[in-house]
Amino acid sequence: MSFVEYGDTIKDGDTAIVFLGHESMFPVKVQHGSKTQTKYGVIRHSTDLIGKRYGSKVTCSKGGWVFILHPTPELWTMNLPHRTQILYSTDISLITMMLELKPGSIVCESGTGSGSLSHAIIRTVAPTGHLYTVEFHQQRAEKAKEEFQEHQVEHLVTVKNQDVCKNGFGVSNVADAVFLDIPSPWEAIGHAQSALKIEGGRICSFSPCIEQVQRTCLAMEEHGFTEINTLEILLRVYNVRTISLQIPDLGKAAEDNSSTGFDSSNQSNQGSLYGILQQGTAQFKSGVPLKEMVGHTGYLTFATKSLF
Amino acid sequence: MEESAKPGLRICEGDCAVLKRDEVFKAVLVLRRRKVIFEKQWFYLDNAIGHIYGTTFEVSSGGSLQPKKKMEETTTETKEAGTDNRNIIDDGKSQKLTHDDIKALKDKGIKGQEIVQQLIENSTTFRGKTEFAQDKYIKKKKKKYEAVITIVKPSTRILSTMYYAREPGKINHLRYDTLAQMLTLGNIRAGNKMIVMETCAGLVLGAIMERMGGYGSVIQMYPGGGPVRAATSCFGFPESFFNTLYEFPLSKVDSLVSGTFSSETLPSEPEYNVPVEEESNGSLDEKQTLIQETEEESSTEAVMESNETEEQETMDLAAEDTEYKESKEKGNKENIREKQRKQQERRRKLVETAALLEEKNADGLIVASRFHPTPLLLSLLEFVAPSRPFVVYCQYKEPLLECYTKLREKGGVINLKLSETWLRNYQVLPDRSHPKLMMSGGGGYLLSGITVTVEKVQSDASSLEAQKIEEPTSKKRKLQELHC
Repeated sequence: MSFVEYGDTIKDGDTAIVFLGHESMFPVKVQHGSKTQTKYGVIRHSTDLIGKRYGSKVTCSKGGWVFILHPTPELWTMNLPHRTQILYSTDISLITMMLELKPGSIVCESGTGSGSLSHAIIRTVAPTGHLYTVEFHQQRAEKAKEEFQEHQVEHLVTVKNQDVCKNGFGVSNVADAVFLDIPSPWEAIGHAQSALKIEGGRICSFSPCIEQVQRTCLAMEEHGFTEINTLEILLRVYNVRTISLQIPDLGKAAEDNSSTGFDSSNQSNQGSLYGILQQGTAQFKSGVPLKEMVGHTGYLTFATKSLF
Repeated sequence: MEESAKPGLRICEGDCAVLKRDEVFKAVLVLRRRKVIFEKQWFYLDNAIGHIYGTTFEVSSGGSLQPKKKMEETTTETKEAGTDNRNIIDDGKSQKLTHDDIKALKDKGIKGQEIVQQLIENSTTFRGKTEFAQDKYIKKKKKKYEAVITIVKPSTRILSTMYYAREPGKINHLRYDTLAQMLTLGNIRAGNKMIVMETCAGLVLGAIMERMGGYGSVIQMYPGGGPVRAATSCFGFPESFFNTLYEFPLSKVDSLVSGTFSSETLPSEPEYNVPVEEESNGSLDEKQTLIQETEEESSTEAVMESNETEEQETMDLAAEDTEYKESKEKGNKENIREKQRKQQERRRKLVETAALLEEKNADGLIVASRFHPTPLLLSLLEFVAPSRPFVVYCQYKEPLLECYTKLREKGGVINLKLSETWLRNYQVLPDRSHPKLMMSGGGGYLLSGITVTVEKVQSDASSLEAQKIEEPTSKKRKLQELHC
């Protein structure tokens, strides 16, 4: 297993995802002799996990079962230990595409935070690219380094513990793309500019507040960035439900019963828009929006550094 | 395989490039002495060759491109401005220059920048406008009179934006941020073995190939006579990227699943069935596929209720059918031999592709087509290894509702999620930041999930039943809902 390559079977030392049910999962470090408690009972790593195929159903001691999944940056994002607020896959997707990341890209990022975006960037730039990630919080930087090692991607990433606003990224004219998720990104635009390749590249700044965005846009303009564009992306999830709606009784005359479109006794209407299960109700499938959704994560500001 | 900085940096003859003016893009092939029409202007790309990608050019008279120096910001010496618009009256008399005057200026070869300056000087109301309104005025006039274009390197970002703006019907209205979600949710990366089924002109395929960087393999499933890759060719991938690109006809999928597959009949190849009657000049094969493609296209259009106007404009690259020209020039006999050789080569690759699929160990499945997703998913998921992601795009929500239900009934998939994304652009100016007036009404829907092993012995339903018994009732219902 590695976060940049699929493996077929679960091995000692792997980070696997234990899937209990929708939205209910957690990561586990596979170790010989180790045990993991779930609500369905104990999973014994040596017998239940090691050697099994990823995607297998594993029966726990109480008889319930779970699936063991191969880790991906997306599953990691859903399960990682939060040390900070993190970026989720919806924003990450847009960032990756708009920064034009691909295998071989050199990327600078700050801050590292909990490493959610870092894992996604590493996945995309592997096997020939590199991520330089800068985090001003020492413990977070160290923890991130450990995780990259555990996930076998340490050769693709350099973690630095410094303040990007003061000391920059520690590299110059190498990056194809720069990503900023810091409290005052406008202070780091100059450093971002010099980290990018001479011939140019892309930059993205993520900020929750519009005031931050305004200052950042001004700074980008001052540093000669072009194509400055601010946008926001929201994920709308739908629950798939079968819904039955009652047909109101409008007091129709008895003889009209057979001609009404909603009458289940009418055979000719079986193929109609409404699936009729029982008298007086119409059944259909619907994608029901969640009662509450994330309405704001942050504004994404993209820009291009170009020679001209 | 990787694009080292040096060779891809400059615009070369034969490159696939993208012209850009403000938010408008157009993919072109860089050729000498070839007239290009873009945004109501015509010009030749000859002078652009040798310049660095990202250079902005000015179109001068005679259609030649001149690189534009770093923006000599239009002088903002007119710092005189009004406070509000109470004195601005719309009587159509504020501009003293007439249409003919402006046309005369243009004909004299006066630069766009100069024309804008003259417009400002001859506007009676400009000084009375607020500073903000002045900015807006200048920006608007610049856009109209300054003939500048930028030449950029193609990428998924640029091509998906271009297609969505210009020809959404060709890509089933797949918005670029939705495509971005697909690439991430599908865990597309170097080294994967991906199955792709798309009818988005090859845009989704191209996006996947870009993310894989020539490492790993892609199997494109195609309907009809052959895979459509018009948009794929716009990416300008190196030749090596196509060595690991395979294609497989959808019409053979069922036989492959049931184990009755044979390579003997390729879809829509009349010359195979009647090899002797080949007296035409050999362009039959190409023509045939062409007809089929146009048929497909027109039927798509009918569904998409769209009226593409500038179809050829983006499709300039596709028109470049070198194969067609080649085969026309060749002699008849040689032609037939060549054809048979190609035929054999095709069959060899088909067998190879079938073998790749039969390993049933693909690292993911991406579907973005105009077809109903359910049958595609039910069949193609057979070829995907357990614990791998899959993503299906559909322009409409309802087919995905059905697909969701059918997949749950069949089993072997978890973490099913139906979603869409909303994308909102912002105007950011000091003290004047707000969402833009217009936003996209919809970018399509995605159904994503993860494959798992299917146990043949114990049916999923019974084990779910067993688990439910242990759970308290409240939990039970929840579990049933969640275990999807």
